[in-house]
Amino acid sequence: MKQILILGAGTAGTMMANHLRHELKKPDWEIKIIDERVEHHYQPGYLFLPFDIYEPDDIIKTIEEFIPKGVQLIKGKIDKIVPGENKVQMADGGSHSYDVLIVATGAKTAPEETEGMFGDEWYKSIFDFYTFEGSLALRNKLRDWEGGKMLVHIVEMPIKCPVAPLEFAFLADSFFQHKKMRDKVEITFVTPLSGAFTKPKATEALDHLLKDKGIHIESDFAVERIDQENKKLIDYGGRELDFDLLVTVPTNKGDEMIGRSGMGDDLNYIPTNKGSLQSLAHKNIFVIGDASNIPASKAGSVAHFEAEILTENIKRFINNEPLKEEFDGHANCFIETGHGKALLIDFNYSHEPVEGTFPFPGVGPLRLLKESRMNHMGKLAFRWIYWNMLLKGTHIPFVSATMQEAGKEF
Amino acid sequence: MEKVIAGKNIAVNAEGYLTDFSQWDKNVALEIAKENNIELTDRHWEVINYLQTEHKNQVPLSIRKIGKSNVVDIKEFYALFPQGPLKTSTKIAGIPKPASCL
Repeated sequence: MKQILILGAGTAGTMMANHLRHELKKPDWEIKIIDERVEHHYQPGYLFLPFDIYEPDDIIKTIEEFIPKGVQLIKGKIDKIVPGENKVQMADGGSHSYDVLIVATGAKTAPEETEGMFGDEWYKSIFDFYTFEGSLALRNKLRDWEGGKMLVHIVEMPIKCPVAPLEFAFLADSFFQHKKMRDKVEITFVTPLSGAFTKPKATEALDHLLKDKGIHIESDFAVERIDQENKKLIDYGGRELDFDLLVTVPTNKGDEMIGRSGMGDDLNYIPTNKGSLQSLAHKNIFVIGDASNIPASKAGSVAHFEAEILTENIKRFINNEPLKEEFDGHANCFIETGHGKALLIDFNYSHEPVEGTFPFPGVGPLRLLKESRMNHMGKLAFRWIYWNMLLKGTHIPFVSATMQEAGKEF
Repeated sequence: MEKVIAGKNIAVNAEGYLTDFSQWDKNVALEIAKENNIELTDRHWEVINYLQTEHKNQVPLSIRKIGKSNVVDIKEFYALFPQGPLKTSTKIAGIPKPASCL
């Protein structure tokens, strides 16, 4: 019996376990998935937790309940991958060998990368919302914060869900209005990019929205350090921004295990073929989701589209057929804009987000790059889709793995 | 579109980045630098040469990478090319604006 080993039982790994169990015959292939954690978190929910829109219970389930029968879930800490021996070394001394390895160990925040981020003010006036702990601590802070200068800040790209910091700023605007204290809060969006987003047309639309909502923007800001004592964010060019409340997105990095295995780039992301998702260094290793270095968004929707294509490629690899280089970088993201509305963007490697209709060309019902209530309903419905369809590898009707060009105004 | 830079017709994109590196020369660099209020010193040229080599080798450029390059640290990179050093330095070097990766 041959072995497929999946590292990481988050969004991408769980989807692959479900796809592959469905596609590969049991006596020939044994599928194992390894993760040290017990809980599976709906990470997009971290955005809503600080504003008391979601409760912790809404976003936490167990890993186990999403792993299909016939796939062996191994709980344990991975020490490293030894590609030369086709095996994975565990921290407890054991090991697992593989014929095909799928790395889905994701990306994590690394606040230690920025001087002065950790310290006495961490989780007092400096918060992240990309971890459950940070998001919850921020909720408790916001419940009785009396206002002042709030910075919503990105340290450097790439980060998971690159629109989340913007959504945070929009939701904060809405939240403080509801609490009738918007006039007591100055919100500034601080980014290393030249505008609100990485793609020109979406940046134009989003810059406009920021302005409408009275949110200031400080662009091209590359943070050098945080002065905890004087509560200042300082950039390499000498620009200084005062804060009473700093909501930051620390540097994101791939898992440390990738570094220990000597397989990562300077941020521990694995060099990967952006069309086939095969590791560039090892033919029987594939990489899905945030763990790879491909120039696509680090987002659940991307992992979902990748999973459909990677499943096909694993089957081809097993049968000694040439791989398809079909992944086009397709991403599909709702952007909460506050006040019960949202935007939707749909894009890939070569096409930036534009206006149009989705998923039915000319019909919708969702509108691309325009604020609407329907889009917000879509974002809320997505949590149900995530738990009930996405993780189980069920195809989402009318939404194809590669981006559709019809219905878009290029 | 085309723009006259240092007396030559040069193909550029909407943001003013060269679209054909073969049209780049030192005079083009000097003039783009001037537009950005930068007078190029030896240190600038070292950084520009480094950026061009990395681009030729298809290495994606980022502030972090340049900080670890042993050519220049981030602080000096900002001092040489104030305000968005990566954007300005790549424009002067005649290479595409780095996609800030999503």
